[in-house]
Amino acid sequence: MLYREAGDFKTSYRADGQTFPIRLDRWAYYAAIAVAFLIVPFIINDYWASAVFVPFLIYAIAALGLNILTGYAGQVSLGTGGFMAVGAYAVYKLMTAFPEISIVIHILLAGGITAIVGMLFGLPSLRIKGFYLAVATLAAQFFLVWLFNKVPWFYNYSASGQINAPERTILGFAVSGPAASASTKYLVCLVFAFVLAWVARNLTRGTSGRKWMAIRDMDIAAEIIGVNPLAAKLSAFAVSSFFVGIAGALLFSVYLGAAEVGEAFGINKSFLVLFMIIIGGLGSIFGSFAGAAFMVLMPVLLKNLLVGGFGWPTDLAAHIELMIVGALIVFFLIAEPHGLARLWALTKEKLRLWPFPH
Amino acid sequence: MDQMIFAAEIFLNGLMTGVMYALVALGFVLIFKASGVFNYAQGVLALFAALTLVGIQQGQVPFAHMINAVFGTHVEHFGWTVPSVLAIILTGAVMVLLAFLIEKLVLQHLVGQAPIILFMATIGLAYFLEGLGDVMWGANIKNLDVGLPQGISESIEGVTANWFGYGFFIDRLDIWATVIAALLVAALVAFAQYTKQGRAMRAVADDHQAALSVGISLRFIWVMVWSIAGFVALVAGIMWGTKSGVQFSLSLIALKALPVLMLGGFTSIPGAIVGGLIIGVGEKLFEFFIGPMVGGATENWFAYVLALLFLVFRPQGLFGERIIERV
Repeated sequence: MLYREAGDFKTSYRADGQTFPIRLDRWAYYAAIAVAFLIVPFIINDYWASAVFVPFLIYAIAALGLNILTGYAGQVSLGTGGFMAVGAYAVYKLMTAFPEISIVIHILLAGGITAIVGMLFGLPSLRIKGFYLAVATLAAQFFLVWLFNKVPWFYNYSASGQINAPERTILGFAVSGPAASASTKYLVCLVFAFVLAWVARNLTRGTSGRKWMAIRDMDIAAEIIGVNPLAAKLSAFAVSSFFVGIAGALLFSVYLGAAEVGEAFGINKSFLVLFMIIIGGLGSIFGSFAGAAFMVLMPVLLKNLLVGGFGWPTDLAAHIELMIVGALIVFFLIAEPHGLARLWALTKEKLRLWPFPH
Repeated sequence: MDQMIFAAEIFLNGLMTGVMYALVALGFVLIFKASGVFNYAQGVLALFAALTLVGIQQGQVPFAHMINAVFGTHVEHFGWTVPSVLAIILTGAVMVLLAFLIEKLVLQHLVGQAPIILFMATIGLAYFLEGLGDVMWGANIKNLDVGLPQGISESIEGVTANWFGYGFFIDRLDIWATVIAALLVAALVAFAQYTKQGRAMRAVADDHQAALSVGISLRFIWVMVWSIAGFVALVAGIMWGTKSGVQFSLSLIALKALPVLMLGGFTSIPGAIVGGLIIGVGEKLFEFFIGPMVGGATENWFAYVLALLFLVFRPQGLFGERIIERV
């Protein structure tokens, strides 16, 4: 009986168009934000930060980015790993070239650089559609990884070909390098994820989001009603790559600290992020977070269960994990092609009627 | 002059590699034509087929690693070896069973879904099969030998040494692969053109509903097509497995087959072959002429960039059906 719109009077257009129209949802949202910002940073330890929270937040940003492109604008991309690599190498070059400038600016600039690269690889989308485009984005994936591997300028001519994040601070707290504490890493990622999710939500419900969705549903029809496909598709690629670039920059500088491009940003990363948005739900902000949480948590749980619980060897557990991931994806597609977000929406529908379903 | 002779040798080797790519691409085209499913799992099917073949041939106990982990036993081999021909037939049977299971458990539940959902499902399938292959037969690199000749072909070396004063290095396995691939393609074309099931397959490819209305069983056709794709994967798996060992990277040849498909068009069997040859030759020559200038290993991306540039001018590929869009 609590979960109702009834009695929650909207007295302005602003209130009418808000993201969470139901009071309980709003409270839950504020509570989640408060816990994430005010409680978790004080109790988090290294294991939880590096195994769960930091990768979850970073992948959530990447999933948001891919969801904008694939879920909202309907352009399937398998080049996410390559674009994350652009973000990582951009932030590395900026960090080493301009050490006196704040890392926050570097990360944002890395996102901007990735956006430009993304637009470049998005250009063919005006001619190529569907599967052909999906395969064409693989060109970005393989070309970019090769480029960062072969051109020494990108890794500052280091002998190992790796890039290592130097120590940088925000307000006196180390956020990258070995001295960074779990809670600062977590907070930095949280702030980025929070702000970017807010941006994504407001972009997708505004003019640009509606244009993207029109293009997704049918691009020729969208063109006829006056949506410029060039602007819509390229802006989707730009915004998406901006998000993905920031995720890549954070992944390298805050989370990994050192990266080798083929290993950290290979094709598997592209698929991982794609799975997140499928399992989470295409075209949903909540889905991006849910999918990222699922794909980050599941391997941790499986590993604890199979290796810790049953005492199986790790290589066997890794193979079983692969099977379970594959089976789960097929299962999700059969049971609920619209992902966790749809399940969540259905639950809310049911809750609204509960306890009188008629 | 020397440069040109080297280039000619590389051209020939590229053609041979191209045939191998075409072989994998063929599996994609068959399934895409008949069921509209873009089967990402084709490469993993090839890996799985090769693993199963080696496993059966050497008498490995399936799931040995898992059984040992659960029961604390130490079983590895049954202690027998199976002749190549029998092992190939048994593996073929496994692939048919797999096709049946895929249809029953996955595709049947996804009829009428958007193509992109089906594509994602095959990615899930690829992950599952990759894990299954490793759990069943172990993840170590295996040697596959079904009696195909290997090593340098002396006759070609001799002939070219007479002509150019330089003997070309061409692997006999590649020549065999080319012959087998050509036979396979001819057989498939004949099957599609002249048999009842082949006609039914083409009817399904044309229009699912119309095919259903004249009494063609969609499920049978799908199982059949996936079986054929499994068989093609088996042949590709044998070739690639003999060439470079059976290991995880075998499944990555699927990624090489994708640009071949883009170039040739997703729906055209001749396209898969011509596309394969163009990409095989193109990437080898590009690596030879341009590679040294930019640091090498251009083979990783050349095929994609070529296909991408090509598609910008011809979005349906070389031989693909013209894309007509209506509002």
